[in-house]
Amino acid sequence: MSAYRRGLRVGATSLTLAALLLSAAACGGTTRDNSNNDAGAGNQASGAANPDAAIKEGLKIAFLPKALNNPYFTVSDNGGKDAVTEIKGEFKEVGPSEASASSQVSYVNTLSQQGMDVIVTSANDPNAICGALNQAKAAGAKIVTFDSDTKPECRQIFVNQVTAEGIAENQVKLISQQIGGEGEIAILSATANATNQNAWIALMKDELKKPEYSKIKLVTVAYGNDDDQKSFQETQGLLQSYPNLKGIISPTTVGVAAAGRYLSGSQYKGKVKLTGLGTPNQMRQYVKDGTVDAFALWSPADLGYLAAYAGAALASGQITGAEGDKFKAGKLGEFTVGKDGVVILGPPTVFDKSNIDQFQF
Amino acid sequence: MAHDSLYAAPPTAEAEPGAGRLASLRGLLGSWDAVIVAALVVAVLVASLTVENFATGRNAQFLLLDLMPLALIALPMTLIVITGEIDLSVASMVGLCSTLMGQLWLSSGLSLELICVLVVLLGAVLGAVNGLFVTGFGLPSLAVTIGTLALYRGLSFVVLGDQAVADFPADWTAAVVRNIPGTSIPVVVVPLLVLAVIFGVVLHATAAGRALYAMGNNDQAATFTGVSVARTKFWLFVVSGAVCGLVGILWTLRYASARGDNATGLELTVVTAVLLGGVSIFGGRGALLGVLAGVLLLGVLRNALQLADVDANALTIVTGSLLIASVVLPNAVADIRARLHRRRQRHPVAS
Repeated sequence: MSAYRRGLRVGATSLTLAALLLSAAACGGTTRDNSNNDAGAGNQASGAANPDAAIKEGLKIAFLPKALNNPYFTVSDNGGKDAVTEIKGEFKEVGPSEASASSQVSYVNTLSQQGMDVIVTSANDPNAICGALNQAKAAGAKIVTFDSDTKPECRQIFVNQVTAEGIAENQVKLISQQIGGEGEIAILSATANATNQNAWIALMKDELKKPEYSKIKLVTVAYGNDDDQKSFQETQGLLQSYPNLKGIISPTTVGVAAAGRYLSGSQYKGKVKLTGLGTPNQMRQYVKDGTVDAFALWSPADLGYLAAYAGAALASGQITGAEGDKFKAGKLGEFTVGKDGVVILGPPTVFDKSNIDQFQF
Repeated sequence: MAHDSLYAAPPTAEAEPGAGRLASLRGLLGSWDAVIVAALVVAVLVASLTVENFATGRNAQFLLLDLMPLALIALPMTLIVITGEIDLSVASMVGLCSTLMGQLWLSSGLSLELICVLVVLLGAVLGAVNGLFVTGFGLPSLAVTIGTLALYRGLSFVVLGDQAVADFPADWTAAVVRNIPGTSIPVVVVPLLVLAVIFGVVLHATAAGRALYAMGNNDQAATFTGVSVARTKFWLFVVSGAVCGLVGILWTLRYASARGDNATGLELTVVTAVLLGGVSIFGGRGALLGVLAGVLLLGVLRNALQLADVDANALTIVTGSLLIASVVLPNAVADIRARLHRRRQRHPVAS
């Protein structure tokens, strides 16, 4: 049994040693090289905004996307990187390898320990990262969310890509231009209970009531469930059921790509118009072969760029996140903070033959 | 708890009585959990010296909080794997218990204390279903729990859909991340330690524990010793479910969010930690101390690499490599020592 006891002793001492090392609270908190530690700064930061303040150089700005390996966020984070380079800051991108609510928490903790000036994140869950973000705020970081918000009290600014009204206006305008302002149209949506899709479709119906669209008739809304095959079949079904159909709006990237694929291989190519929300990489060939005249999406790169500038403006004291605060975002111009600290990127970008090759996402 | 006789190493692992330094070194090599503990100490030392912000109280708190679910689930998993079975539905049970807790809080009007008790019981029921299929119908646990992995995850999305329940009382959500007063050690470490001691004592100091090893080595032989193999395994799955219920509660409160996708993928990390801790996937071999060291080692590596700004994809690669090494190395060491032993027998040295 002596070997057993010795094993016990070795194990116990090593484990104790490890535990001691772990809890060796060498020093509390983190070292920060700038001294503006306004601990516990809430959403409405103390002090008034000074719109004339210069953007500080050397700001440490970290991007924490929903997950790495996601092309959308790769593009938006690179937009952020461009902005950080312009303001001579330090850019960093970190994130979990899969989009989960809990995995982002440990990254927020890491960033607050590293003494970041700004954390720009897209939340996998509106609540899960709140506690960690509040701790980071207390450690002196400014918090900007983009694309997917947290609860408003957990961040200072939310950079939203576009308003629902903006999407509805843009989609109806595009299809109206393409079909010459009159005729039957249909909508190809995702799932029947998709919150954002349904909100956009309701607003499109309102938009169609305007006098300039009086000759356009929405005949049906079809659902492709954001499934490529189902969307493809639904497009086929629409054209068989409505022989007079002039145009289709598909405000979902999966639906618009599937509809484009069906149309480009059918007799309706170029005759029945298609627009929607899609990515340039998915839609490039259909724009080039004449199936699609124009479609829209916000620019993820501009979204990241704007989020980085919003963070820099916060960290430099130009804005506090209060409604009405104004700041400049480099090449994108001036922005005003709206209600609840929301900043809107603006109307979606329209992609057509003339500009689609400038975009890679 | 490095009980040498539990290891399938050649008998030379038994050092002679009153052995010198060389023999104790040999004894060390013979027990994988001691190797893992040493690796943990080295990892902590290296990280403390090279990674900024690693050796701070705040980081210790974050590290231990992040490890809590993994460590808790690894306890029953260790016992299950030692008996030669496996439970791959653990993460899905955590997710389902989390959504059930959210749904009960949302619509039942019961007190949160009562809901927590119910959720642990529900976890036990989920575990009982696993146990019933494995022992009642004599099905392989690998197949059964892969099935319930999908089934329970699917059910957790039925319970809440893509919604999340988040309005838990603030004093509850704050309580699970609080530290023991005056230290930087989270209070949730206390229940972990209590459970670890219970599991450790059962496994290493009782007849029931020895029976678990016997089962892992040979079911039939275990039956002859008068142990009910089926009943024991059934209850192990029940305990696994109950612990997952507890983890579901802690997870939900820590992240203030009951969601269907909570803890997705955690089962593989648990299995990694258990194997890394020296438990044989074929059963019959392993110790709880090694598993706890394995859990800590995974956590320290992940935390330190993250602080050092190592890409998340690299973390996955490191975890995979560690697992392969933990399976290959003990066998290689045993092999080398067996060869040395044979050589010594051919050329005996007068001591």
